[in-house]
Amino acid sequence: MSAQTDKRHPYRRPMRGWWKRDRYYIRYLAMEATSILIALYALILLFGLLRLGQGEAAFNGWLEALRSAPSVALHVLLLLVFVYHSYSWFKVMPKTLPAIYWRGAKLPQPVITRIGVCAAVIVNLLVIILLTGLQP
Amino acid sequence: MKRSNEPVFWALFGAGGMLSALTGVALVFVTGIGVPLALLLSPELMSYVNMLAFAQHWLGKLVIFAVIALFLWHATLRILLLLHDFGIRAGPASALIGNGLALLCTLAAAYLLLALGF
Amino acid sequence: MTDGNKIIEMEVLRYRPEQDQEPFYQSYEVPFLDDWSVLQGLQYIKDDLDGTLSFRWSCRMAICGSCGMMINGVPGLGCRSFLRNYYPGKLRVAALEHFPIERDLVVVVDDFMNKLAQIKPYLIPKQVRALDQGEYLQTPRQLEQYRQFSTCINCMLCYAACPQYGMNTDFTGPGILALMHRYNADSRDDGRAQRMELGHADAGVWGCTAVGYCSEVCPKDVDPAHAINQNKMGSAIDYFLRFVKPRGASQ
Repeated sequence: MSAQTDKRHPYRRPMRGWWKRDRYYIRYLAMEATSILIALYALILLFGLLRLGQGEAAFNGWLEALRSAPSVALHVLLLLVFVYHSYSWFKVMPKTLPAIYWRGAKLPQPVITRIGVCAAVIVNLLVIILLTGLQP
Repeated sequence: MKRSNEPVFWALFGAGGMLSALTGVALVFVTGIGVPLALLLSPELMSYVNMLAFAQHWLGKLVIFAVIALFLWHATLRILLLLHDFGIRAGPASALIGNGLALLCTLAAAYLLLALGF
Repeated sequence: MTDGNKIIEMEVLRYRPEQDQEPFYQSYEVPFLDDWSVLQGLQYIKDDLDGTLSFRWSCRMAICGSCGMMINGVPGLGCRSFLRNYYPGKLRVAALEHFPIERDLVVVVDDFMNKLAQIKPYLIPKQVRALDQGEYLQTPRQLEQYRQFSTCINCMLCYAACPQYGMNTDFTGPGILALMHRYNADSRDDGRAQRMELGHADAGVWGCTAVGYCSEVCPKDVDPAHAINQNKMGSAIDYFLRFVKPRGASQ
């Protein structure tokens, strides 16, 4: 090595706590963190399926647990988390799709997000309406 | 350069993310709030008899399987990413455990649904 | 030189490898005019207050891509950010995040330059045309497919915005992957298969986790997050279909 390169001493800054540097990162992590509660909800349903296979008494026990205050509170939280998931999902969607052309012009990304959010509102409502219609 | 195997998990992640974005809010409301509190919905909707009939129908099986399995695969990718982002190296070990658990739950859901019969 | 009626406090991250163990902030009182950029503030410091301060700059008009720095924690071009927008508060200027600091605001760009060469950032035509065969023709519609991604000035702000690059420098990173997409999307180019060998890898498009901050800080609206993530679908389809497609057809 030459004397000149010896004086080089590049300093690498640590990444610890990088997500605290910008609110943008916190929003990103919030989006990622929805996954923990989505997994929890899937496990609740899987447990319900297990109880269903174990007979009426077992399944009624699961339904009873769903009626408890902590469960309802958890599901209210889950509801909010799923709303945020829906929104953030469609916020990212225009980045994942190739540019869409409409009448010769590029469709702006916020428009694609809005279309996605509208679709989510419609499908969610349809599911609820369909199920209220199915009621005995 | 070695081709990434990420597309397998990303495809499941994407499918689960889309399904949960479109139906998650409604499902949580129905199973966790509406039916338990008899809000807008009758508790009868999720009675043992109704749910058994639903889970014994092929279409019902498909819906239950898709929701449980895809929601889990979607969540697994992001949970592994969270671990990675917080500096816990999502090396082969954590990826194996995470994806292994998701696979286990997927197989469990398939087994339980098939065991309920048609 | 200035009327001196307004003085802003600029804290600049200093690092002198021959004497400092780690970087530290040094404060300067900078009198400024309303039309002064952050870069002009730094130039004032170097000319009139402290000649030992090092920073890169060239064009002063947001096209050379040399004066990227962290301005109050946000990646920005020094010449495109104005002191008046930070006054009367103080202003913190630091070297671009995620790159090793060579000295003061100067970062080591070797990794970026090596990666840039790896993706072959030039047209690779299927058949090279001789001069008498004329130009490679392209319609405005075909131009539109890549134009946005071709305006990159290699300022590396997107790298300073990308935590995945910060955590793992194996990742090719936003700007260069966007440039890869720019050439792949060009109708005159036939080098996609060569470039996607890197694109399909963990260090390629799959190293991106869609944080999206790169697109926010880009001074040229290149939208690297879009350039990268729209390739995931194609890369995934190629992953599954490569077994059924005839050999050599894979992209």
